[in-house]
Amino acid sequence: MPSLLQDYPRLPHRFDEMRLDDDGVRPQWAPFVDRLELLPSDTLQRRARYVRESIEADGVTYNVYEDPKGVKRPWELDLLPLIVDPVQWETLSDALAQRAHLLNLILADLYGPQTLIADGLIPPALIFGQLGYKWPCRGIRPPGGIYLHHYAADLARAPDGEWWVLGDRTQGPSGTGYTLQNRIILSRTFPDAFRDLKVQTLASFFRASQEGMSRLAPTDGEAPLAVLLTPGPFNETYFEHAFLARYLGFPLVEGQDLTVRDDTVYLKTLRGLRRVHAIYRRLDDDFCDPLELRSDSALGVPGLLQAVRAGRVLMANALGSGVLETGALLGFLPAIAERLLGEPLKLPAVASWWCGEEPALEYVLSHLDELVIKPTFPSMRMETVFGYQLKGDSRTRMIERIRAQPHAYVAQEWVRLSQAPVWSRRHERRIVPRSVGLRMFAAATPDGYTVMPGALTRVSPREGDEVVSMQRGGLSKDTWVRTTGPVPDTTMLKTRLGVIDLVCSGTEIPSRVGENLFWMGRYAERCEGSARVLRAALTRVSDTDPEALATLPGVERAARNMGLIEPPEEDEPEKDTETLLLAAVSDPRHSGSLASCLYRLSGAASQVRERLSSDNWRALNRLSQLLTGPVDDVEQALLAVDQVMQSCIALAGFAMDDMTRDEGWGFLIVGRRLERLAIQATLLAGVLRASRNMRRRSLEWLLETGNSIVTYRARYRRAPELLPVLHLLAFDVTNPHSVAFQLDNLRRYLQRNSRELGQSRPLQLDALSETLRGFDLTRFEADSCDEACEELADLLFQCEAASYQVSDELQRQYFAHTGLTARMGGWQ
Amino acid sequence: MSFVRYHIRHDTRYEYDQPVGESRQMLRLTPRELPWQHCLSHRLAVDPQPTRSNDFVDDFGNKVRTLHLQRDHDALVIRAESWVEVTPREWPELNKGLNWERVRSTLAYQAGKRFPPELLEANRFLFESRHVRVKREFAEYAHDCFPEGEAMLVGVERLMNRIFDEFTFDPEATTVSTPVTEVFEKRRGVCQDFAHFMLSCLRSIGLAGRYMSGYLLTRPPAGKPRLIGADATHAWVAVYCPESGWIDFDPTNNVKPDMEHITLGWGRDFADVSPLRGVLLGGGSHDPEIKVTVVPEGEFDEVYAEVEDAPAWLPGLSPEPEDD
Repeated sequence: MPSLLQDYPRLPHRFDEMRLDDDGVRPQWAPFVDRLELLPSDTLQRRARYVRESIEADGVTYNVYEDPKGVKRPWELDLLPLIVDPVQWETLSDALAQRAHLLNLILADLYGPQTLIADGLIPPALIFGQLGYKWPCRGIRPPGGIYLHHYAADLARAPDGEWWVLGDRTQGPSGTGYTLQNRIILSRTFPDAFRDLKVQTLASFFRASQEGMSRLAPTDGEAPLAVLLTPGPFNETYFEHAFLARYLGFPLVEGQDLTVRDDTVYLKTLRGLRRVHAIYRRLDDDFCDPLELRSDSALGVPGLLQAVRAGRVLMANALGSGVLETGALLGFLPAIAERLLGEPLKLPAVASWWCGEEPALEYVLSHLDELVIKPTFPSMRMETVFGYQLKGDSRTRMIERIRAQPHAYVAQEWVRLSQAPVWSRRHERRIVPRSVGLRMFAAATPDGYTVMPGALTRVSPREGDEVVSMQRGGLSKDTWVRTTGPVPDTTMLKTRLGVIDLVCSGTEIPSRVGENLFWMGRYAERCEGSARVLRAALTRVSDTDPEALATLPGVERAARNMGLIEPPEEDEPEKDTETLLLAAVSDPRHSGSLASCLYRLSGAASQVRERLSSDNWRALNRLSQLLTGPVDDVEQALLAVDQVMQSCIALAGFAMDDMTRDEGWGFLIVGRRLERLAIQATLLAGVLRASRNMRRRSLEWLLETGNSIVTYRARYRRAPELLPVLHLLAFDVTNPHSVAFQLDNLRRYLQRNSRELGQSRPLQLDALSETLRGFDLTRFEADSCDEACEELADLLFQCEAASYQVSDELQRQYFAHTGLTARMGGWQ
Repeated sequence: MSFVRYHIRHDTRYEYDQPVGESRQMLRLTPRELPWQHCLSHRLAVDPQPTRSNDFVDDFGNKVRTLHLQRDHDALVIRAESWVEVTPREWPELNKGLNWERVRSTLAYQAGKRFPPELLEANRFLFESRHVRVKREFAEYAHDCFPEGEAMLVGVERLMNRIFDEFTFDPEATTVSTPVTEVFEKRRGVCQDFAHFMLSCLRSIGLAGRYMSGYLLTRPPAGKPRLIGADATHAWVAVYCPESGWIDFDPTNNVKPDMEHITLGWGRDFADVSPLRGVLLGGGSHDPEIKVTVVPEGEFDEVYAEVEDAPAWLPGLSPEPEDD
């Protein structure tokens, strides 16, 4: 069997992470490489496939903007870990902790007395000249004096074997979640090697970080509630946000899930407002509060800064911490370390020059070939440029740009990145060298910074590439730090769940989830109801039988009452019924059309996708693909309407039979019932108000749209008559399409919701239900029953109105929480 | 000592299409205390009554009031009323001061250079901010006004003259979000654009300039009475001068502000000192109706004679800030 190392080239002028100059490998790699050599080639192939499949099964993705392959791309993890020398790691991690501490002190100074600037240790342009410095945050002293809770540094190893910092991440560093995910997969891929090599585990780092936030948060004696604030599913690292939230046990929230009252941050849950004590922020500070920061941000929490100013919530990281991400600061840190710590900076950065200083500018322009040019501020849109790649015109243009605005550029020494072995998918048993860089992480605790004993290793996508960046489509590696001591046996992931873990429903269902389920219920029901009415109308409009045609005006009126047919504009020529009906089916510009309703249904459903089974989601997906274009004739329209109805019926089945009956589900059902109540009441009331003739002609389609024609025939075996039709569609509590059934069910579900969620219950429906129950049906036996019809129509209109009132009230009480003011009481 | 007293009424009225359930507002409507300006009385009235309000001073020294409304409302009315006394300022002789290159190097950073508090403060106003850009084209525009060795204030006055001559006041040409580069292309805009452009020129040649927010006494057309609500908020600039501190210039009117400018506050640009800023939940947003009335003490009776909700007469001489 040929050795794995046989074809692995040793590149000149590069440090190789695994290989020594002669034929051997570095000592920390030896046991791992020995094992690999013993494994048959198909075993390694199988394990590589296992890694890929695990990524897919766990749904690990990294969203890449403007990626032609689609927004979500699978995360890429190499089969081989990067193995680090434990002694060198010790030094590195001690130095990283010092650096984190130093950066925290710098933040405290910049957002406090600004003596570093006054004393000439930091050029004012680097701070005052960037949008990253948040003036509204100056003077805010965070809990425990800690601004920087989560810190990451990007490092590269030079040919001499030393690690250098390339950049600091202080806004809301990404990567810890991916690192953890890499570890979970790789430790399962090589369980024996992982154990025998005594690789340090990561759990203690996360626990320390989690406890750090909880212990520092201002809790006023309450049990601390921390949340993870994400920009939402479109963010590139959303997977990581969701993963970390689950792992740390923090609710994953978007800005709209939080609200500030009385300078205090609350999470809106179905059970009411719950105070939030700490916010693990993965949303850039600029977007966090539209009132005081970027006013066009729709992702933030209005008033958040005021709550922070009042010291009522911990932000991790503090708002404004992104100011340190400027690469121009690197060159000033050694002197600042001497000043603030009285000791030398232990972790050096790669040599860098801020062009805003005259001598630096001249140096940079005369040494371009050895340098890398970067923008001074992360807010500038510019890719890193390698000086040696600049030729001819582009070189001249770059020099002009730098001379015109020297303060906007930083130059760094070009570090030839070290190489590490990567498993090649294309060749059997082959490993190839690729450039690698490390992202290391530190977290604040009340006792100082703790450094993750592991890291995210990023790998350049192609041989000879100099940039390692996930945004550019790179690969990642797990990073193994060996220890000579015992490996602590802590894990935050339970290997096996016990009875205590058997939670039946989430207690902290964010209001947003309940709200979207509620609207999903309402829109699904509206789609179904609309489809039924349209089908009744479309089958009649093309009928040649005069008897059938005579029933059309009644249906058309019903469609108007439901808003399916647009009210004619003034001066507009009257359109024929067929045209109006086709528009009611498929015109997306008309907000009452079936197509518009489907569109809203998909919108609400996509917000709660993670709560729907895959079959349920597929049914919704099919539904959203219907009616995306216009329908040309009645036949096409009928076909489409039928398809919509079939899908809607499937959805109703999923709602009753496929979802766990938690608090969110309760709102889905209430949404469905409220909408059906409104529709059924509108249809019946419309008919009751019509002339006696039209009333008679409407009974048939009423039964059709109420999906009760089969029941009627089975019960009465004769043509539809007013009394039995009304009984079936309005009064019969056993018919799931009747008004009485909706009222009964709503009362029950609303009662259940209010009991479970500890809220008062909307009462409008109770009286209506009683009145309906007491309605004297014998009054419809008379030949002339106009008065009874009128009275019942009134009652039904009240039902319709009540359904909208209840909807508004639920909206306020459970979702928007604006109705709570009085109950929370005592503020002025 | 001569002085002038003004009454300022600043009304803002928002009307919403649909009820607004929750609203947060930040007001910077309180005149600042300055060596030449003293606020005798000030009151802020808000309708409907906010659930909560809060006062603080921002990092530029401006007084801020925050409002939180948590009940449905169809309209929001904010009225700020102030009595302000203005005395003449001491103007340095423009041509006697430091030349502009000296000022520039006084402000500029060099390795290890210490900045006394005043210079550190001036440095806040030396760089780009949201509405002010530092660009070569702005430096080139300013270049002719600042010949080698020219006294800085003479250069600034010349720059103000040039902007006044070459730019047209045109409320239709721009909006609050028009970038200053576009203002430069069109050579049109309102006081805010004039100020942002002048600041861009000053900062592009290494001078410190801040955005001033306030009011201006206007003159009714000859023979016409002063009308309520006919004025507007105003903006101008101040430039940092190492010997004399901050000196005001008004490029919209080509004047050096004195007794007829009333200062609310300042910042790097409009974004720092917008008189009103808010976030609504629900309801359709509309541009508010804003009415400003600046009345000299002597005309007060005449202007408010027949007005139902006339403001209170000057409450003595001691400042007694009142709040609603």
